[in-house]
Amino acid sequence: MNKNKEKLLNSRYRAEKRFQFYGKSAIFLALLFLTIFIFKIFSTGYTAFQKTWLIVPVTFDAETMYLDENPSKEDLKDADYFDLALQTMFDLDKSASEKQQNDLKRMVSYFFEREIKRELLNDPSLIGKTKDVYLTASDDLDQVFKGNYPRDLPEDQRRVTDYQLKIFDQLVEQGRVESKFNLSFFTYPDSREAELAGIASSFMGSIFSILVCLVIAFPVAVLAAIYLEEFAPKNRFTDFIEVNINNLAAVPSIIFGLLGLAVFINFFGMPRSVPLVGGLVLSLMTLPTIIIATRSSLQSVPPSIREAALAMGASEMQVVFQHLLPSAMPGIFTGTIIGLARAFGESAPLLLIGMVAFIVDIPATFTDPATALPVQIYIWADSPERAFVAKTSAATLILISLLILINLAAVLLRKRYEVKW
Amino acid sequence: MNLVIFIFIVLLGFTSYYFGRKKAYSIQATNTRLTALPQFYGYYLAIWCAIPAFIIYSLWAIFEPSIVKLIILSDYSNQGYLDDELNLIYEKTKSLSRGQFSGEITPYLETSAEKYLNLRSIAQNSKVVLILAIIIASIVYGYKRISSNNRTREPVEKFLNAVLFTASLAAILTTIGIVFSLIFQTIDFFKVIPLFDFIFGTHWYPAKAFVRDASEPLDPSMYSDTFGAVPIFAGTFFIALIAMCVAIPIGLMSGIYLAEYASTKVRQYAKPLIEILAGIPTVVYGFFAALTVGPFLKDIGTAMGLEVSAESALAAGGVMGIMIIPFISSLSDDVITSVPQGLRDGSYAMGATKSETIKKVIFPAALPGIVGSILLGVSRAVGETMIVVMASGLAANLTFNPLESTSTITAQIVVILIGDQAFGDPKTQAAFALGMTLFLVTLSLNIFALRVVKKYREKYE
Repeated sequence: MNKNKEKLLNSRYRAEKRFQFYGKSAIFLALLFLTIFIFKIFSTGYTAFQKTWLIVPVTFDAETMYLDENPSKEDLKDADYFDLALQTMFDLDKSASEKQQNDLKRMVSYFFEREIKRELLNDPSLIGKTKDVYLTASDDLDQVFKGNYPRDLPEDQRRVTDYQLKIFDQLVEQGRVESKFNLSFFTYPDSREAELAGIASSFMGSIFSILVCLVIAFPVAVLAAIYLEEFAPKNRFTDFIEVNINNLAAVPSIIFGLLGLAVFINFFGMPRSVPLVGGLVLSLMTLPTIIIATRSSLQSVPPSIREAALAMGASEMQVVFQHLLPSAMPGIFTGTIIGLARAFGESAPLLLIGMVAFIVDIPATFTDPATALPVQIYIWADSPERAFVAKTSAATLILISLLILINLAAVLLRKRYEVKW
Repeated sequence: MNLVIFIFIVLLGFTSYYFGRKKAYSIQATNTRLTALPQFYGYYLAIWCAIPAFIIYSLWAIFEPSIVKLIILSDYSNQGYLDDELNLIYEKTKSLSRGQFSGEITPYLETSAEKYLNLRSIAQNSKVVLILAIIIASIVYGYKRISSNNRTREPVEKFLNAVLFTASLAAILTTIGIVFSLIFQTIDFFKVIPLFDFIFGTHWYPAKAFVRDASEPLDPSMYSDTFGAVPIFAGTFFIALIAMCVAIPIGLMSGIYLAEYASTKVRQYAKPLIEILAGIPTVVYGFFAALTVGPFLKDIGTAMGLEVSAESALAAGGVMGIMIIPFISSLSDDVITSVPQGLRDGSYAMGATKSETIKKVIFPAALPGIVGSILLGVSRAVGETMIVVMASGLAANLTFNPLESTSTITAQIVVILIGDQAFGDPKTQAAFALGMTLFLVTLSLNIFALRVVKKYREKYE
């Protein structure tokens, strides 16, 4: 009898242990996913922050540039650098056949002409002299140098030819290949060539969209929340507004994209692919988040403040705008920042309103065609080139770090200004 | 020009605030009692100055283009042009007047362009004059109204109240906007494609509807067997199911552990860490699924002798499940913590272990709330776009094999609407019909879930 009881008790304790173990492993799994996730993105992405340069001796021969003697600055600007640039690459191997010459040319980005030109414009006295110039290596060589590219594949399955590898290895031996911090990743717009592609255009597009979103969503949401919390009579209509807000907060984001397409673009005839429309769509999405945050921080202001103000003869409006709202501001700001962070990472609705185009110019106004950082990730993730995988991961890293910074700012803001009543 | 007018109105508003207040001070100086604080007089005058001008300004901006268009096109009426052709003529006129027209310039077009420029300048000038006149008139009126026996606080506050009320309409306007933008296109769609074919058809192949000469009349028979949404509904359901298979056990168990077992310290760190998963943008999840999970599953499958598509439903659904974990864990954590302590104590007093208490007492008590949180998770999974677009296929296969690729409602909307769309085409309308379905499904899930959670809260409050 006693033995049976003990057995039962033991099995119950074992069940208890098992249950705890399930709970622990669930948490462990969730955190494991997070770790793998961050690790994977980081390990594929960090190489994109380095860029490979070929250091090539350029002989600034006036004849190859078709320049007269003593050219002026204007002449230098208008000069034709293409032949000079080509000649520079061909000089790497003087015995190259025509096909090999083509290979040589493809070892650098098509910006090589521009990079040589910049060198000469900086120092016009270089004419007739030879100088080592940094040229952006092609994305494939960049990957080879970073060790991401399998060399042992047969040649016809590689994008780098044997000949290119041979010349490249010679350059490496001579110390003519260098890896430096990839500043152009932050300053260049998108490009079809992975080695020249940067996030500047999409980042600016995101900034413009978020600005529009902030300017529209913040005031409207705060005013709406004040009305609903402080002035709205309790009736069916205001109930209906409340139900609406709660539901809007859970509507899938792509539906807002359909709304933007049908209403802003088709009905109002606004242009496609512009941050203005993107920002409008995002602001409709963020509206419920800010309204809900504002209402809850208005609710948390203690009634004594309101009563004190009323007792001093303030009108309802004065109570709200001079006492409740300033006390609730930290909470409102936190909610707004969190809402904006979500809008910043949103991409689905932007795809539908055309902010998915290939943008080579950095947008300068709210109505220039643009894309957004998350959409840029989507575009790059679709590109077949190996180098774009690293670029995509790097852009992802930047997006995530920005979001973490924004959220951290929200937390700090709350800590710093939150008043415990 | 428009910007200048706008800034001008704003500046005048500020100035009139100053003058209104000044007049109030001067009334005060004569030892007359004011009925409100001096700044209310300022607000009063500023509102009088700016608001009528803004109303005229925006009405003008809305109606000017269409009136100009009407006048220009009245020259072409009775000549038997179709609406589309008239629109084309108007566009040509506009670009010619801007000097950007590259095409054959007919004398007709030239006269129209001249007329257009003329009209625009008349409109611009009369707008400036009208706005100025309105501003002067309303400032004078407002300024005269400022006196010791006229009230200013009440009208200002009434105005503010109206502004607040208008802002709160934004939420309703958004909902109305969503419903209207979906409903018109959807109705047009079902005029061509029978509802029955859409709901029960098993072939989804919208690319077939790509090419159609816009001038030819629509032939509905062309679209038979094109827009059968069953594969898409099935795919949506299937991927959401996979996601929930990952999210429910992990989310629920971690919610229970955090609420019942975890020490304050573990809770303090584990909870925000898990919630980071909810803050990661979905495009990042999509990239992760396409870059890592898809090929990983494919490698495992090949090693086991299975044929696994690199873009499998399993990859998309699994990653989506990871994304939904924090929604379920936080919500069920909240729900479990709000179960009254008395229930726990009663169970412990009867000699139950902690896990028995959780399973037999707390879980049943918290069940409605947990169901609500799961439903919200399902609604997320159904509405999720980027993960599916990037990690699962875009072709709509009717399959329940998790190793093959399937497509979802959201992914098909993106496939159809990405790039250029022609409105009025069944293919575009199909996307809106899918959107309508998605909206209705998620809306009912949300309403139901929110109601369940609310009911549950009321029970213990």
